Order: sequence, then C-alpha cells, then structure tokens
Amino acid sequence: MAKYIFKRLLLMIPIMIGVIWLIFSMLYLTPGSPAAYMMGDGASEEAIAELETELGLDQPYLVRFGKFLKDFLLHGDLGISYTTKLPVLDMIKAAYPNTLVLASVSILFSAFVGISIGIISAVRQYSWVDNLSMSVLIVLISMPTFWLGLLLILLFSLRLKWLPSSGLGSMAQLILPTLTISASNIASIARMTRSSMLEVIRSDYIVTARAKGQSEWKIVMHHALRNALLPVIATIGLSFGMLLGGSIVTESIFSISGLGKLLIEAIKARNYPVVQGGVLCIAIVFCFINLIVDLIYAFVDPRVKSQYTK
Amino acid sequence: MEEKRNLLEIKDLVVQYVTDEAVICAVNGLNLSLGHGETLGLVGETGAGKTTTAKSVLRILPDPPAKIQSGEILVDGTNLLALTEKEMRKIRGNKISMIFQDPMTSLNPVLTVGDQIAEVIMLHQAKSKKEAYRLAGDMLELVGIERSRSKDYPHQFSGGMKQRVVIAIALACNPEILIADEPTTALDVTIQAQVLALMKELQEKYRTSLLMITHDLGIVADICDYVAIIYAGTIVEYGTKEQIFLNRFHPYTKGLFNCIPDIMRDDNRLIPIDGLMPDPGNLPEGCAFCERCPEAMDCCKNGMPDQKEIEPGHFVRCFLPYKEG
Repeated sequence: MAKYIFKRLLLMIPIMIGVIWLIFSMLYLTPGSPAAYMMGDGASEEAIAELETELGLDQPYLVRFGKFLKDFLLHGDLGISYTTKLPVLDMIKAAYPNTLVLASVSILFSAFVGISIGIISAVRQYSWVDNLSMSVLIVLISMPTFWLGLLLILLFSLRLKWLPSSGLGSMAQLILPTLTISASNIASIARMTRSSMLEVIRSDYIVTARAKGQSEWKIVMHHALRNALLPVIATIGLSFGMLLGGSIVTESIFSISGLGKLLIEAIKARNYPVVQGGVLCIAIVFCFINLIVDLIYAFVDPRVKSQYTK
Repeated sequence: MEEKRNLLEIKDLVVQYVTDEAVICAVNGLNLSLGHGETLGLVGETGAGKTTTAKSVLRILPDPPAKIQSGEILVDGTNLLALTEKEMRKIRGNKISMIFQDPMTSLNPVLTVGDQIAEVIMLHQAKSKKEAYRLAGDMLELVGIERSRSKDYPHQFSGGMKQRVVIAIALACNPEILIADEPTTALDVTIQAQVLALMKELQEKYRTSLLMITHDLGIVADICDYVAIIYAGTIVEYGTKEQIFLNRFHPYTKGLFNCIPDIMRDDNRLIPIDGLMPDPGNLPEGCAFCERCPEAMDCCKNGMPDQKEIEPGHFVRCFLPYKEG
C-alpha cells in the first residue's frame, strides 16, 4: 500500500510539470498585455513597453517558461502579483482557508443529506417519498447557482433578516453559501446513491443475507451500502475537487475572498503570476483528492485493495 | 404420502408475478412433502418454477412483483405463510437455510468469509463475537477450507471454494431443512462431484432434510431418496428415486429421460421434447404439457387432471391412468 501511495505521489511530478506548461502556454497565447491593462487607457506605447521590460514580458517564450519553472521547482516561488506587488504564494495562502472551509462544510453536508435521501429513495422505490425527493432533486440540479444564491439572500437576508448576506467569519455567514453550493451536489450524490443502491439491492448476496434471517435495516446498512458507495465516493471526490478550486459564482455573490474570487479577478487583469499560481494550486489539490478517493476505494472494496498491493 | 408426519409440507402453493403488464403464473397449485432426514429432488426445466418454490419456502421472493396467492407451507405443522416477518427471520438461516445457484455472486464481496459465516451464527445463537468467529472457523474446516482463510475475501477464492463457503453459511446453525438451488450448476464437473459429495456427507452427518433443486438427473440418481418432477409450476410426477428411474409414467418424465445420452445404445441421437414450455403468462386451460405430449388425448385440453397414485407412494398428474383404469 505504501509503495502504491509513493508511486502515485511520484507520478504527480510529471502531471504538475504538464499543468504548468499548459497554463503557461495558454496565458502566453492569450491576446492582451498585462502592462497595457495596468497602465490604463491613456498610456503611451513607450510607457507600456517599459513596464513590459520591467515585468520580463519582452523575453522569449522559452526563457520565461524556464524562469517560472526554475523559481517554482527550486524555491517554491510563484512570482509577484502584477497588481498588488505581493508574493502570489502569500495571496493564495490568505484566500485558500476560506475556500477550504466552504468546500469542506458543503461537501460534508451534501454527502450526508445526499446519501441519506438516496438510501431512503432506493429502499422505498416508487413510494411517495421517492417520487417527491426525486422531483425536488431535479429542481435543485437544474437551478443555476447564481440564481439560487440570490434567492436565498433575498429571502433570508433581506426579507427575514435572519442571516448575513456576505463575508465568511462566523457560522451564520457560512449557512447561505453552503446551501447554495450544496444544492446541486446533494442532487447528484442522492441520484447516484439511489441508482447504485437499487442495483446492489437486487444482487444475489443481498438475497443470501435475507436468507440468513438478517433484518432489512441491517441488510441495507451493512451489506448493501458499502457496495453501493463506490460510485458515490467517486462523485463526492469529483465535486469536492471542483469546490476546492474555488466556487467562483458563490464566492462572488457572497463576497467571500476565496480562491475563486482571487482567480477571476486575476484573469480579468491579465495578472499572469496569480493565474498560474492559482491554477497550479487547484491542480495539486485535485491530484491529492484523486489519490485520497482511490485510497478510500481500497478501504471500502477489498478487491481494489488487492489490486494496489500487487 | 399422507400417513407419516412430514417435516416440510407444501400444499396447493400458488405464486404469481404480478406486474402492470401481465400476471405470470410461476407456481400453480404445487404440492410437495419432505420427511426428516430425507432428500427430495425437485427436477424440471428452466422456468418451471423450481427457484420460485424454493424462495417461497423462505419467503424471500422479491415482493413486488412476486405474490404468494394461496396455499400453505407447513414446517412441523406451522404455516410459514401465516408468520410475521419477524418470526420468519428467526427461521431463515436457522431452521431452514438455502444454498444458491451461483457462488460467484452469492457472497458479499466487501466482507470476509469469516464475517459472513459468523453473521448467521450471531443472528440465531446467543454467542459472543469471539465465539461466533471461532465457530465460523470450525465451519470452514468442516467444508474443507483452512481456518486461517476466514480473514480472506470472496474474490480470493475459486468458484468451488466459494460454494463451500456458501454451504458453511447454510449449515452454520445446523438447519433442519436445507434447500439447495442448483448448487453445482455454476461449477465445473470435477468440482461438482466434490461439492455434491460434501453436501451428502454433511447431510448424513447432521440428519438434515435436503430439498435438492436441479435439472440434472445424474445428481438425482446420486443423492436423492425421492423425486418430484415439476412442469409449469405443478408437480406432474412424484415417487421414490427407484419408481421414477425404473417405472416412470408421465410422458414429460419419459421425455426428460430421453434427453439423457445413453452410452450403451448404438444410435447416439437424443430425443428432445418438441416445443417449448407454455408461456406462464398465458397458461392453457387443460394440462400444461398437452401441446408437447406425444400421448395427448381430447380430455387433456379441457381440464387439469388430478393427482393419482398409480402404485404406493408414486403419484402422477395425468389422464392416462384414468383411461387405462
């Protein structure tokens, strides 16, 4: 197992270099100069050219790429933001806790609610509970995040004045953004749990468990759920990875200074170092989440585990 | 058949699969009985209602769509169909247990075999966890698997070994009735023989009554005392193994035996039974075998014959003995 983890960690290095190269090249090819953006509309050609020289933007592609790669790999340095003149690493470190808290709380909430709904719907297939929850989930999954967020603010912040509409410092401030993010995740997790459970419930080993005289509740929780959980774990992992990349819409609506907000602003300003740093950070986190999901897989399913130890 | 008190008695069992589109009559007025320590072979084609009958006894048919419409299933005089679900759970795996057809899919892939054997022991016997796992190890040894393997998962076993584990689960609580639903169909021939020998040995050792569901007359010849031939959800012929093998009467039974290759005969052609089993969603009014029967008469089309005892203990559901008599 340790060998497998080590192998996976080692494999992350080429992935990272690939990601760095991709994001660097894409930004290089993007039209528009950061210098022109920073100087504003009235700036002269010479002034822009001078700033470009200062930022190193006049250097050839390979030189710039080499420098970025060297700084990152040797010193862990992601460069200096064009706009704030702060180290990119510090900016990400400041924004990331917000994103992390929001993502973790949301995913725990969605997983708990989603799996519960999924189990109940599967066990009581075609009952009114199942029909009702599946219809509500359809609504949740098709509701755009920005719209749901605004509706929640309208109701709970403006009308009822129960919850604050912006920031992220207290528990109360966490509730609305969590609900906003969780809606579609709950829907996808619940639907995945339901279909996976339905499949497992029909399998022979469930009949075996029944023939042993085991109670229905134990059969569902002990025999079926663990088998049904594999695709659900994959779904949760994927959603969590996405959320850790910053929920751009939600963070903007609720004025939360997280990674998503940082990135969107950096993209608008052609702030290359911040964009590169942010995307790299997302890629690293995604790789780790993938690894963790695979490890949970092995923990849940012994067949997967024996593949890893081979 | 009536004089001695039977351990298991199925009377006029009717099981249907009811869906919005159709009603599938899987079991139609089936009668069976099984005495203490006896082995009864339930023989029939695919779709004749063998597995449905077996699952009805344990009441583990998927409901919906399956519905036990009428009949009685008596075990020691208690009608299982009248029990509550909770009372029924105490019987499953304890007094009556079942071995399923496909060992590849009948074990839970994420639990160790030790877990799965100990589970049934803990359910029915007041044993501590430690004690249950020790007994699970004993069961594994009993079916010829080393005790140390109880921590292994099903995927680490071969098909034959898995079926041994399934047998260990079924016998863990020393059941009075063991229902084996084609226990060797999914196994290759050498393993089949081993598993059958094991079952026979254990059955004799613990005096378990065995209901052996199969379509393999070879297995019947090997281990059964009595044979019931099932066709379209009814028993068409019932008797001792000798009566059925040597003095079979029903045209369907004769047809079945014609499908066995005989090495002593020169012509190596088999005589299949023409046609297919009637659609259980649309059974004929008369005898269900009438369409395929080489000896069918006019009266066969109109009504179902009653069961007739043609010699002591040998029952046939056919109009032919009425004609002769």
